[in-house]
Amino acid sequence: MQIKNKQDFWSGIMFVVVGAAFSLGATSYSMGTAARMGPGYFPFWLGVCLSLLGAVVTLNSLSAKAENTEIEKFNWKVVFVIIGAVVLCGLTLNSLGVYASIFLLVVISSFASHEFSWPIALGAAVFLVLFVWLAFIKGLGLVFPLWPSFLA
Amino acid sequence: MELFDNLMLGFSVAVTPENLAYALLGCILGTLIGVLPGIGPVPTIAMLLPITYVLPPVAGLIMLAGIYYGAQYGGSTTAILVALPGETSAVVTVLDGHQMARNGRAGAALAIAALGSFFAGCVATILLAAFAPPLAEVAFKFGPAEYFSLMVLGLVGAVVLASGSLPKAICMILLGLLLGMVGTDVNSGVARYDFGIPELQDGIDFAVVAMGVFGFSEIMNNLELGDQRVEITGKVGSLYPNKQEFKECWPAVIRGTAMGSCLGILPGGGAVLSSFASYTLEKKISRNPERFGKGHPAGLAGPESANNAAAQTSFIPLLTLGIPGNAVTALMIGAMTIHNIQPGPQVMTSHPELFWGLIASMWIGNLMLVILNLPLVGLWVKLLKVPYRLLFPAILVFCTVGVYSLNYNVFDILVTAAFGFVGYVWSKLRCEGAPLLLGLVLGPMMEENFRRALLLSRGDYTTFVTRPLSLSLLVLAAILVVIVALPSVKKKRDETFVEED
Repeated sequence: MQIKNKQDFWSGIMFVVVGAAFSLGATSYSMGTAARMGPGYFPFWLGVCLSLLGAVVTLNSLSAKAENTEIEKFNWKVVFVIIGAVVLCGLTLNSLGVYASIFLLVVISSFASHEFSWPIALGAAVFLVLFVWLAFIKGLGLVFPLWPSFLA
Repeated sequence: MELFDNLMLGFSVAVTPENLAYALLGCILGTLIGVLPGIGPVPTIAMLLPITYVLPPVAGLIMLAGIYYGAQYGGSTTAILVALPGETSAVVTVLDGHQMARNGRAGAALAIAALGSFFAGCVATILLAAFAPPLAEVAFKFGPAEYFSLMVLGLVGAVVLASGSLPKAICMILLGLLLGMVGTDVNSGVARYDFGIPELQDGIDFAVVAMGVFGFSEIMNNLELGDQRVEITGKVGSLYPNKQEFKECWPAVIRGTAMGSCLGILPGGGAVLSSFASYTLEKKISRNPERFGKGHPAGLAGPESANNAAAQTSFIPLLTLGIPGNAVTALMIGAMTIHNIQPGPQVMTSHPELFWGLIASMWIGNLMLVILNLPLVGLWVKLLKVPYRLLFPAILVFCTVGVYSLNYNVFDILVTAAFGFVGYVWSKLRCEGAPLLLGLVLGPMMEENFRRALLLSRGDYTTFVTRPLSLSLLVLAAILVVIVALPSVKKKRDETFVEED
């Protein structure tokens, strides 16, 4: 058997798995009856529907008439740098304060660009920290931990 | 005339210096961010939403409406100048708008888009003012069963506007509904799918998913293109359309307005469907269809007007039924609930100043945008020249700060990052985020009405088909499904989408 539509095949698998997971999770909540539904009823049947439709998507992708698609290669470097930079910013926000963590976010995420250069990354970081200070903290009065907690 | 009294009340609210300032600020911010490539109204509103929290309800919603229209205008500008649609409905704008720009008629194209949208906005505002009250009367006849059927219709509408395969789009909706189940169950108080994490008991915020799935994954997709990313150039030409273009435009503008106004009322149909429908119509009835896709002004004017009219009338289901017509109005519902206003038919009687003020400020917002955009075209072009290596860290910063400010909680930042990764995977699998977001918003509402309807009917499922209003809504939904599923229509749908490339 040949997988012709790889995009649909893996999407279908994903839907089946996620749907089944939600249904399975719903069984730990009370189901109730149609007239008096428990918290598990609606998500259980939604999950079942999702799994069934996901199976349809997967089967369709195997049929002879399915169009041929490939999944483009993942650019792990970009994913790792961008997601990593955001996660790091989130993790350091409370301990290092907003200025330092935003600075880190900008500098680190800049590595994801194919035209990275230190002066521009640092310049952008300084500019954006200033912007955050001016627009969000001064202008909109959002409450952030501002400075590293060990200094405060 | 009650209509005029109401409109007067609206204008008296909207024309206070303070509210005018917020409308203007919203328009400017919305345009500034919406004009950035790849950022459409949804991320723009998601980003700027927290700003409105600190304002009084009326001012907050007025500003939000301003942001909405601003972002939409900004999106068309990018679509025309650099063929980068900031949102799905701007995809149609690219077809003929960008071709006009290539022919050296960029200025004319921008002016046509702005004026067409303004005309559509004016008409739709009047429609909104005239028909929202009777529609609200209808809304009172809506029981839980009707609401459920209406949401089914809305979700089916969302399927129609997805460009990919039909079962996949339905799957994404179901996935969105399931994600909406995360959090505390309102009826029993049981925390569902929270994995013992207290932050998840409040559910997953719409903005968190929107920024991850749209904002972050868009950035990653752009970055991996590297050198091949579309370079941005600025060539605007003379600003005003000539006589010939004007003559070709105005019938399209009127047809687009009519079409958009009707489709916008349908929850879930929204602006996207209307611009595609209008483009198809214009091409069908044109005497020289071969000029479409090569810079025919009607191919730009029709969809742009339809888009704006639909954007306006999509506030009818939002304000009268409390049903979001698209992802943007879904965000507005979120904003309203934060201001302690329950959207629905009672808004009109309990908060008349808010209701009519918002309608009046929509028109004012449209006017401001024309005034803003026509002279500022040159400036927008300069803004587009910001190199992407500076632009994307800025977007990341805005998203992160925006998400954090939702609940002042770092956990939300981490969830957004996770959805960013998931969104990237989805974009590789060609799974669309828009239906998912609609499902996410409608999920809890749908469950509540479903449960309530069955509770009232003592568990009898036929309640959905024995109540005439509910039945007709379900029949409409079924008709929509058949239309989409019919091979001939499907082929046409594919054709429209092939032409975009």
